[in-house]
Amino acid sequence: MAKRLKTAAHTRRNGIEPLPELASISAQTPLVRVDAEGSFSGWHWLATGLDEVRAILSDDHRFSMIPPPTQMHGAAGRVEIGNLLRYDPPEHTRLRKMLVPEFTVRRIRRLEPFVTEIVTDCLDALELAGPPADLMPTFALPVPGLVGCALLGVPRDDAADLARHFISTSAAATDHRTDPRERERMRAAGNAFVTYIRRLVRQKRRDPGDDLLGMLIREHGADVTDEELTGIAATLLGSSIENVGGMLALAPLALLQHPDQLALFLDRPELIDQAVEELLRYVSSVPNSIPRYATTDVRVGDQVIRTGEVVMCSLLAVNRAQLPGVPQDTLDITRDSSGHIAFGHGIHHCLGASLSRLELRIALPALFRRFPGLRLTVPAEQLRYRTWTPNYGVDVLPVVW
Amino acid sequence: MEIRVDRERCAGSSLCLSYLPEVFDQSDDDGKVLLRTPVPGADMEEAVRGVAARCPTGAITLHARDAQDA
Ligand code: HEM
Ligand code: HEM
Ligand code: SF4
Repeated sequence: MAKRLKTAAHTRRNGIEPLPELASISAQTPLVRVDAEGSFSGWHWLATGLDEVRAILSDDHRFSMIPPPTQMHGAAGRVEIGNLLRYDPPEHTRLRKMLVPEFTVRRIRRLEPFVTEIVTDCLDALELAGPPADLMPTFALPVPGLVGCALLGVPRDDAADLARHFISTSAAATDHRTDPRERERMRAAGNAFVTYIRRLVRQKRRDPGDDLLGMLIREHGADVTDEELTGIAATLLGSSIENVGGMLALAPLALLQHPDQLALFLDRPELIDQAVEELLRYVSSVPNSIPRYATTDVRVGDQVIRTGEVVMCSLLAVNRAQLPGVPQDTLDITRDSSGHIAFGHGIHHCLGASLSRLELRIALPALFRRFPGLRLTVPAEQLRYRTWTPNYGVDVLPVVW
Repeated sequence: MEIRVDRERCAGSSLCLSYLPEVFDQSDDDGKVLLRTPVPGADMEEAVRGVAARCPTGAITLHARDAQDA
């Protein structure tokens, strides 16, 4: 019988660092059965090896994204229609095909002037208000929020309101799951968010513009329902804000904790593209994949994942401990870390990868150029890290400059 | 060496053309990979192998020129 894993090393971290045991799990048991107490929402296997993770994430025939009815948990209140991470082929293929042309690197590069303008506006507002500041609601969340709104075609006047709704769903207390009032507040904010998007979709149906929603309606309007469009738009905006928001907090944190790398980052602007890849790898702000459900018995290495069992892939373990030529715990923006899997692997590879890279490439240097003396006001260990969400992050990022 | 791409499988990640724009391109219509240089010179081989290994969907395969299927 396979050895069982008893810790929750894959769900907990020490600040940005993985727990030390994750590297040894990864080296010794690249695919391991998880004990009930280590398991966090009823899943059975944890994959931490590069080959195992790649094999599982690329096997969309035998691993499904759709939980069997008995495994539904925590999904209440979430928009699921239109969420590509809840579809298998051929439905996944149908939806993804509509979206991909809008997210090619060439299309995304056209947004560069908007992104620069949004970043500049956020930094201007921060500078005007003066230190101290919390970078979450002033920089890390509004940058991807406003970019996402521009992409989708949310009128600029509504964007601030919408961002506030979203930020209040996201920036909830870490213990919101146990505090009913907090949960109620999040649910209400989530509903308001989706209600707004639903209205926007109806309005775009009547008057499709040049934005992403307008394009989807003009080119595929007959093949896609309003509910699907609402879900797609909510998903894109939601995952955009959460994921890029997480990176725009944790990447500055990583640089502040590695002053030598920060100095290089500022002295050698030509390194920006590889610095962004290295930060994506090092931070791994989405530490685990969405769970995969085996639709049949699948042999992976010398183990068999049985029909109906759930496997989670640790992108963090692969990125930190398994990439050839990359030592575990160093941040080095001069290295080639392009083999990382921070955006996943297989047909669900992040749709927003090019957009995220563009935002990070513009926003990170701009932040440190504007505020060369940027520093935390509390030790990094005292920040509240979010361990209960699929993406890693902090609730508050207090700084002065 | 000959490159083949599986356009059905391609997820449109833009990764290949970001690293090797001389060899790969991406359609503006369907967002999927296009080949600019199906038979790259020997000096490109290593870079092409690197990109093929990084393609998230394994849509890029490399084949010996004279074999039917390698
Ligand atoms: C890489 C993928 C994603 C990550 C890491 C992620 C992470 C999160 C996190 C951290 C939250 C905050 C609170 C909570 O746990 O309830 C959240 C909420 C939310 N997510 Fe995601 N998410 C992802 C993808 C998606 C997708 C694909 C959708 C599509 C429907 C989506 C829609 C939402 C919405 C609408 C909310 C907020 C409102 C609510 O609670 O009803 N997210 N997500
Ligand atoms: C640095 C920021 C980001 C990171 C680290 C990230 C990470 C990821 C990861 C790991 C996955 C795959 C999850 C899995 O297979 O289990 C994913 C999927 C996805 N991401 Fe991102 N993401 C980021 C930004 C974005 C942005 C900006 C958008 C929206 C524009 C976005 C939209 C999506 C969507 C729609 C999927 C599902 C794709 C599919 O199922 O075909 N992400 N992301
Ligand atoms: S790297 Fe692979 S998935 Fe991405 S565009 Fe190229 S062929 Fe398609």
